[in-house]
Amino acid sequence: MSELTITLLRLGYLALLWIFVLSAIAVLRRDLYGTRIVERRAARKRAAAPEASAPEAAPAPRQQRTQNLRLVVTEGPLTGTIVPLASSSVLIGRAPGCTLVLDDDYSSSRHARIFPQGGAWFVEDLGSTNGTFVGDQRVEAPTQLATGTPVRVGQSVIELQR
Amino acid sequence: MTTIEPHRVRAGRGTELGLLAIALIIGIGAYALVGLGVEGEVPPDVVGYAAGLVGLALAMHVVLRWRAPYADPVILPLTVALNGVGLAMIYRLDLAYAAKPNHDHGFAGRQLAWTAISVALAAIVLILLRDHRTLRRYTYTAMVVGLALVALPLVPGIGQQINGARIWVRIGPIGMQPAEFAKIALAIFFAGYLVTHRDTLALAGTKVLGLQLPRARDLGPIIIVWAASLAVLVLERDLGTSLLLFGMFVAMLYLATERLSWVVIGLLLFVGGAAVAATAFSHVGARFEAWLHALDPDVYSRTPGGSGQLVQGLFGMAAGGLFGTGLGQGRPDTVPYAESDFIVASLGEELGLTGLMALLMISLVLAERGLRTAIGVRDGFGKLLAGGLAFVVAFQTFVVVGGVTRLIPLTGLTTPFLAYGGSSLLANWVIVALLLRISNDARRPAPVLSALTPAGGIPALDEPEGDDEPTERIRTVR
Repeated sequence: MSELTITLLRLGYLALLWIFVLSAIAVLRRDLYGTRIVERRAARKRAAAPEASAPEAAPAPRQQRTQNLRLVVTEGPLTGTIVPLASSSVLIGRAPGCTLVLDDDYSSSRHARIFPQGGAWFVEDLGSTNGTFVGDQRVEAPTQLATGTPVRVGQSVIELQR
Repeated sequence: MTTIEPHRVRAGRGTELGLLAIALIIGIGAYALVGLGVEGEVPPDVVGYAAGLVGLALAMHVVLRWRAPYADPVILPLTVALNGVGLAMIYRLDLAYAAKPNHDHGFAGRQLAWTAISVALAAIVLILLRDHRTLRRYTYTAMVVGLALVALPLVPGIGQQINGARIWVRIGPIGMQPAEFAKIALAIFFAGYLVTHRDTLALAGTKVLGLQLPRARDLGPIIIVWAASLAVLVLERDLGTSLLLFGMFVAMLYLATERLSWVVIGLLLFVGGAAVAATAFSHVGARFEAWLHALDPDVYSRTPGGSGQLVQGLFGMAAGGLFGTGLGQGRPDTVPYAESDFIVASLGEELGLTGLMALLMISLVLAERGLRTAIGVRDGFGKLLAGGLAFVVAFQTFVVVGGVTRLIPLTGLTTPFLAYGGSSLLANWVIVALLLRISNDARRPAPVLSALTPAGGIPALDEPEGDDEPTERIRTVR
């Protein structure tokens, strides 16, 4: 076989190697462009900032219509997690069966419950060891939750947001 | 930690098939070019060889379609490409060895057999291991197994000392390097251990100069692993494995805690250990000497422990230049252990800088896919395991290539997928199988959380409780 063919094959093989590398990278392009990456720390800062800039929605929804309401974890290992609220209550704790499973050594397995009643949302402590706090107040009986009030469960802080 | 909002998920099995085709052309093309370069004709058995490689790759692809349909589409083709190029290079060296009198040869056939066994084992792992979280149950079993594997070569009778390092175990006709498997077992242990203890390791302690220092009593595990890797260095005289295990642990500690202080502590401990080892043990000292003064004539010609092999490898790569001599047209066989420790130098000579860079890029993308899997997967154990395994593949490549190119002292590790060695090939294919399994979990469409909201506050326990349950259910972030 001629020298030229050998050289062409040699260079062609190198080109093939790079074609492979580049096509593998092309497949990964989706990972680099267009993905929304949110730093948890940044999310925490943003969540801690006052919500004043957000226009307050008209507070006259029908009783069962609590759409757009959600629980947001603003502190703790799960910072940034969002639980959309429907018309059913939300169980918070470490047990795998809870709606919001906290990976938090300071929370009890079934720590607290957040439930709707008469168009408002209430938080109730389920006999947890470290207690549930609304602001600085320990929750003894079901307490009504206003949007933006921090609820401390173990090391995590959860807020009701609209 | 960072949360990534996923795109609409494409399973990517079709893409995988396409990339697999190119990877197979690379492997088979290399084999044909070796025949052309050495003997002037395409090897007569190229069709059978091609059929074998295609069969293995397709079998793995079918297993993925069956058992892990959302697995990462790039990992398997990259692995197949590296393995194919390695096989062709070993075959090329084998042809040169066979022409020499009194030279051991027959590596290519054995490597091909090991490839088949490795692919089969990877497929078995994918079929049997339905959920990587099952491995978390065996955290401490994995620790015992890992430490036992590391210590196995010291057992008299089955342990063997080859070329000064006591890292071989020979039972009957089969020789193994158990440390290669130990790295998988220890990765499982580290992941399981750290996922439960990371809070204490990350949060407790005082801050000094912007570094969050851990408490003294939390230093226990890192000290133990450091001592174990030093013991490997002293008792088995194996610098590479010791570096690899310690590096993996430090990397996983960093992944788990996000505390730079662990990296600083790890580096300080390692530099201290290495400095002591270099002065106290002659074999480590000789490695440093050969690294720093490689081109001194008396260091070059010293046997054993001289820099002759290293410098010949450098000469080989220099002879290759930018575009290489072409497969089968260089003289890589003059370097001792050109098929195992110095396969990178052999490839550098025949494929040149361009080809070697492409191969390093393939390794890099492979590691990147592992780390991407770690970001994407939703449970902490999977994150740490995928991150640790990806790191260990990348780190091993770095240590070998760095050693051969004289960036760091040479250590006796094998290049993942490229170098000759059954244990290394088996272990790395198992790592790939684990990464594929975890990536299947990472890329699978996330379960919708609102569907989990139970009616009336009573949690719907339709799934069984236990270790298989995710401990973290994270959906998206604004």
